[in-house]
Amino acid sequence: MSGIPHDHYEPKTNGEKWLNSRLPIVGLIYDTIMIPTPKNLNWWWIWGIVLAFCLALQIVTGIVLVMHYTPHVDLAFASIEHIMRNVNGGYMLRYLHMNGASLFFVAVYIHIFRGLFYGSYKAPREITWIVGMLIYLMMMGTAFMGYVLPWGQMSFWGATVITGLFGAIPFVGEAIQTWLLGGPAVDNATLNRFFSLHYLLPFVIAALVIVHIWAFHTTGNNNPTGVDVRRGSKAEAEKDTLPFWPYFVIKDLFALAVILVVFWAVVGFMPNYLGHPDNYIEANPLVTPAHIVPEWYFLPFYAILRAFTGEVWVVQFASFITGGIVDAKFFGVIAMFGAILAMALAPWLDTSSVRSGKYRPMFKWWFYLLVIDFFALMWLGAMPAEEPYATFSLIASAYWFAYFFVILPILGVIEKPLAQPETIEEDFNAHYGKADADATPAE
Amino acid sequence: MSHAEDNEGTRRDFLYYVAGGAGVVATGAAVWPLINQMNPSADVQALSSIRVDVSGVEPGTQLTVKWLGKPVFIRHRTGAEIQKAQEQDAEGVGALPDPLARNFNLNADAPATDANRVMPSPEGEGAGAWIVQMGVCTHLGCVPLGDAGDFGGWFCPCHGSHYDLAGRIRKGPAPENLPVPPAEWVDNSTIKLG
Amino acid sequence: MFKKLAIGAAFALALAPAASFAAGGGEQHIEDFSFSFEGPFGTWDKNQLQRGLQVYTEVCAACHGLKYVPLRTLEDLGYSEEEVIAYAAGNFEVFDPELDDFRPAIPTDHFPANDGVGAPDLSLMAKARAGFHGPYGLGINQFFKGMGGAEYIASLLDGYTGHEKEEAGTVLYENTAFPGGWISMAPPLAEDQVEFTDGHPATVEAMSEDIAAFLMWTAEPKMMERKYSGFVGVIFLSLLSVLLYLVNKRLWAAVKGKKTA
Repeated sequence: MSGIPHDHYEPKTNGEKWLNSRLPIVGLIYDTIMIPTPKNLNWWWIWGIVLAFCLALQIVTGIVLVMHYTPHVDLAFASIEHIMRNVNGGYMLRYLHMNGASLFFVAVYIHIFRGLFYGSYKAPREITWIVGMLIYLMMMGTAFMGYVLPWGQMSFWGATVITGLFGAIPFVGEAIQTWLLGGPAVDNATLNRFFSLHYLLPFVIAALVIVHIWAFHTTGNNNPTGVDVRRGSKAEAEKDTLPFWPYFVIKDLFALAVILVVFWAVVGFMPNYLGHPDNYIEANPLVTPAHIVPEWYFLPFYAILRAFTGEVWVVQFASFITGGIVDAKFFGVIAMFGAILAMALAPWLDTSSVRSGKYRPMFKWWFYLLVIDFFALMWLGAMPAEEPYATFSLIASAYWFAYFFVILPILGVIEKPLAQPETIEEDFNAHYGKADADATPAE
Repeated sequence: MSHAEDNEGTRRDFLYYVAGGAGVVATGAAVWPLINQMNPSADVQALSSIRVDVSGVEPGTQLTVKWLGKPVFIRHRTGAEIQKAQEQDAEGVGALPDPLARNFNLNADAPATDANRVMPSPEGEGAGAWIVQMGVCTHLGCVPLGDAGDFGGWFCPCHGSHYDLAGRIRKGPAPENLPVPPAEWVDNSTIKLG
Repeated sequence: MFKKLAIGAAFALALAPAASFAAGGGEQHIEDFSFSFEGPFGTWDKNQLQRGLQVYTEVCAACHGLKYVPLRTLEDLGYSEEEVIAYAAGNFEVFDPELDDFRPAIPTDHFPANDGVGAPDLSLMAKARAGFHGPYGLGINQFFKGMGGAEYIASLLDGYTGHEKEEAGTVLYENTAFPGGWISMAPPLAEDQVEFTDGHPATVEAMSEDIAAFLMWTAEPKMMERKYSGFVGVIFLSLLSVLLYLVNKRLWAAVKGKKTA
C-alpha cells in the first residue's frame, strides 16, 4: 500500500493463510503499524497520537454520559446535575469530557501549525491536508453542538448567536436559520437535533481520520527536513526510516503520558477554569448574559467574524459592488469561513519549492508572526467589541489573510532557501552522531 | 563485554515489564469507572431504604406503599383476624404448599408459622397485629387483592392464587408464600423498609 | 525558536478564560478570602459548612431555593441519618404528586425551589459567578486565586455600604462587590442574627464566609473526591511518564548510536 518499500506480512501457518486469502486484515494491521516512518521526526510529530487519544476519550466518555443525560429543555440542565451529584464517578466523566474538548483543540491547533511550518500540506500531501481541514471543521461543529447540551445560559445564547450567522446569508438566510433551529428560536427541537448530531459527528470524524491516515501512509510522513524518504530499494529506505512500532509508538505514548499529567491536573484541580460561569445558570430565553463569549478554541475566528464592521472600507466596497447584498454581517461570516478556507488552500498558495520552514530564512519570521497573530486574535475574541480592540482585531485579521494570500505566494518567488540535507539519514546523523560500532544494537 | 550485556538485557527486560504492567494498571483504572457508572446512582440507592408512617393505618385496613419499584402490603390485623390466623396456623406447616417463612428478617429455613410471618408488634400492642409483605404474587408477578380469596387473606386475580391471613399460599398455582421484606420499627408508628 | 512557541502554547491555556472578562460598570471589589477547601489539598471545614447551613436555613431560605441539592447529602456535612431526617421534616414541606398535597420533606427529597420573590436558586451560585478576572482578559488571576465564586458570594454579603437609592420604584442598595455597584437584594445579614451552637462569633463577615463555604459545597459537593482523583492520577501518570521515558530512551539508544547511560 505504502510507496516506501518495506517488509509485508507473510502468512505462515495454514490458519493464517486461510484467513489471509479471505480477509487480509492481519496484513492491513501489520502494514499500518509497521509503516516505515522517517527516523528524524521531532517532538512536534506527537500530536497525531494525542488527537487520536482525544477522539477515543471523547467518544467513550460521551457514550457513558448519554446513559444519564436527558435531551429536553426542561430536564437537560437537571440531568447534568444528576450526573455531577448522583452518578457513580459522574463528576469525573463529565469534567473529562468537558476538558477533553479543550485538549482536543490544543492538540489540533499545534498539529495544524506544525503542518504549516514544515510544509506538510505541500504536494503530494494535499489530500491529507484537505481531509485534516474537514476533520477540523467537523470538530468545531461537534464541539459547538456539544456545548449546547448542558442547556446553560452560554449554551442557549451561544446557539442563538452562532445559528444567527446563517441568518446573515442573503435571501435564504432566514429560511436556513429556521430550518437549522426547527423553529423561530432555539428551543427543544434545536436541543434534540444538536444532541443527535453531536452523537453522530464523532463517528464521521473517526471515518475521516482513517482516510487522513490512509492518505499520509500512501505518501509517507513528512519530516522536519521536508526531504523525501529514499525509495530506490528497501535497504535504502531503511536508512531513512524506522518502523512505527515500537519506535514511534513508545515515543508518542511517552509524550501522551506527559500531556495527560497536565490534563489530569486541570481536570482534578481546576476543571472549570476553561469554562464560563454563566453556563452554571439554566438557560433563560428572556435574559441575555452581559457578555456572550464562545469557548476559547473558537475565539480566533470569532475575532475575525467581529472585526469586519460597517466602518471598514473593504466591507463598504463589497457592499457597494454587490448592491448591498453583502452587508457587514454577511461579510463577517464570509471572513470567518474564509479564514479557514485560506488555510485549506495553503497547498496551492505556497509557491516555494522547499517544504520545511527550517530552510526558509524569510518564511520563518512570517510564520512566527502568524502564530503570534493567532494568539492575538484569540485574546481579542474575548475582549469587548470596542476600541482599541476593534482596530487590533482588524489588523490581526488582515494579517491572517495576508499571510495566506500574499506572503506565501510571494515568498516562494523572492526567497533564497538555505541548503537542505541530501537525505533524512544525513540529518539524523548530524543530530545524533553515527551509530558507532561499539554500541551494536543489543538484541 | 558479554557480562555487561547480560546485565543490560535483564535490566532492560525488567524495565519493559514494569512499564507494561503500569500500562495495564492504567487501562484497568480507566475501564472501571466506565463500568461502575452503570451501577445504581446515589439517588436510586437512597430509595433502597424508606420509612413509612403507619400511624393512620387502623386495624382491619392495609397500606400499600412502593418500595424498590414494587408494592408492599402493610396490614394492621384486627383481633378477630389474628385469632383466625392462629386457627389457620394450628393445621401445622406440613399442610402448606410452601412450608418456609420466606421472611428476610429470619433464617432462610425458618418454618412458615404465623409468628414467623408477622412483624414483632410495637410497644402496647398484642402479638401478630402487623404483617408486612411484598405485594407481588409468587406465581407470575401480579398484585394480589386484599381481603379476598377462600382464606380471608389475599387473592391473585390473574391465575387464582389464594393466600391466607399470614400471606401463605394455600391454593392455586403460586409456588411460594408472599415474601416478607426487611422491615423494622423505627418508633411506635414508623416502619423502616430495607 | 520553537521552544518559545511551546511556551506560547502553554500560555494558550492561560489565555483562554479571557472568556470571563469582567463586565463593565462600577469598580468591583472582591476580597480574596482564605477558605479551607482551596488549593489541591484543601478540605471542607465541616463545622463551617454546618454553620453555613444554619445561616441558609434561618436567613437565605426565606427567598432562595436549593433545588438541585438532595437533602440526604447533608450527611456529608457530618450529620447523622436521624439528624438529617429531623432537619428535613422540621424545615421544609414539599409537594408530593402522588398525594397531590404537601407533606414534610424526607431525606430523598431535594431542598425545595423557591420562586416566591424571583430570587435566583443558590444550588450552583458558587460556580455561576467568578470573583477574579483578568488582568487584560488573560485569566492569570483565576489561575492563581481560583475562580472566586465563593469569594464573590462572601464579598457581596459583606459588601453593603449602607447607602440606598430608589430607581423606577425599586430600592437599590449600594454594594462594593456587585457588578454595577447597586443591588436589589436588601442586606440580608445583621450582627448576631444567628446563634451558632458551636459558639462561633456571628459577625456579618463570619456569617458571609460560612454561607459562601456552604454554597461552594452545594455547587460542587464532590470537590474532595475530585481532587483526590486528580492527585492519584497525576502521581500515577507522572510515574508512567518516567517509565515510558526510560523505555523510549533505551529503545532509541541503539539507533541513535549513543551509549546507554
